[in-house]
Amino acid sequence: MEEGTIGSKQVQLSEAAYSVIHEKFGEAISAFDRNPTMPFFEVQDTALWTDIALFMRDHPKLKFNYMACLSGVDYPEEEKLGIVCNLESIGAYPHRIAVKVKCPREGGSIPSVSCVWHTANWHEREAYDMLGILFTGHPDMRRILCPDDWEGWPLRKDYRVQESYHGIKVPY
Amino acid sequence: MGLLDAGFSRDNVLVAPVDAVLNWARLSSLWPMGFGLACCAIEMMATNASNYDLERFGIFPRSSPRQSDLMIVAGTVTMKMAERVVRLYEQMPEPRYVLSMGSCSNCGGPYWEHGYHVLKGVDRVIPVDVYVPGCPPRPEALIGGLMKVQELIRMEQIGMSRQDALKKLAETGVEPQPYIERERSAAGA
Repeated sequence: MEEGTIGSKQVQLSEAAYSVIHEKFGEAISAFDRNPTMPFFEVQDTALWTDIALFMRDHPKLKFNYMACLSGVDYPEEEKLGIVCNLESIGAYPHRIAVKVKCPREGGSIPSVSCVWHTANWHEREAYDMLGILFTGHPDMRRILCPDDWEGWPLRKDYRVQESYHGIKVPY
Repeated sequence: MGLLDAGFSRDNVLVAPVDAVLNWARLSSLWPMGFGLACCAIEMMATNASNYDLERFGIFPRSSPRQSDLMIVAGTVTMKMAERVVRLYEQMPEPRYVLSMGSCSNCGGPYWEHGYHVLKGVDRVIPVDVYVPGCPPRPEALIGGLMKVQELIRMEQIGMSRQDALKKLAETGVEPQPYIERERSAAGA
């Protein structure tokens, strides 16, 4: 039971942080999800994501100064692509929170936060490389792992590998 | 069969075919290129180190392809690396040999189906002489593969093509099963 109470305490801390963000941005962000592993909220107005990120980093009561991870996700049923950002506050507060941002699967884009947390620079490039999510305002939007002239987005659910690469057969 | 097994005659004269002398010299200083691609490389380094001590066979990694006789492809060859492997292979002077170490470089290994980024066998880009199975192969297996390369060199003759030497090597192959059975029964007794 002790673990459970610690978990809920964590969630309460995150909820307090969420309410500060909600006060400022209101309907632009979704309701708070009390996920015991990692509480999160979703950004509804994708265009505001960079502003929300800056606010979360600089507000004296939030100080989310550390981006632990930024992952790309494919939601084929919703026709959407998205990112999940795990944010923490090192040396200031014990709270942590995840933020989800989504964009349309075809022709969509998400504002870059690489100017807010430098960690996001390579993580966004990875999300672009694997899922084809475009980040507007990113200083260097290139593939990071696959070769520059690779075709397709390998972690999309409907990905089919190309037949050949530079004359070398790719499938088994 | 070593060159010196025949023994010296009284006047320190050794009579041997030129091929045998050349082959003996080449197989006794087989220099691999010092590069590794994945976990197989760890096993290769362990084989180079003191416990297995490849230097007793005259096998000693070189840091330049231009000084190497042998390329040990130790690990997963990604599509990105495949082109670099070809470039390195082309920089090696002939006669050159390729040993493919481990499942990944043999055939793609665990990445054969969903590993979009992995080359399914390094023999798609460069000719391979000896394959060592395993994931990763133990140092004993790698040494076995290296001795196979030495045997291949021993089969070669001036003017003989690599294909013919490989064919000759395959013909001289020994069926291991009787030896395994013998060792097992000896261990059981």
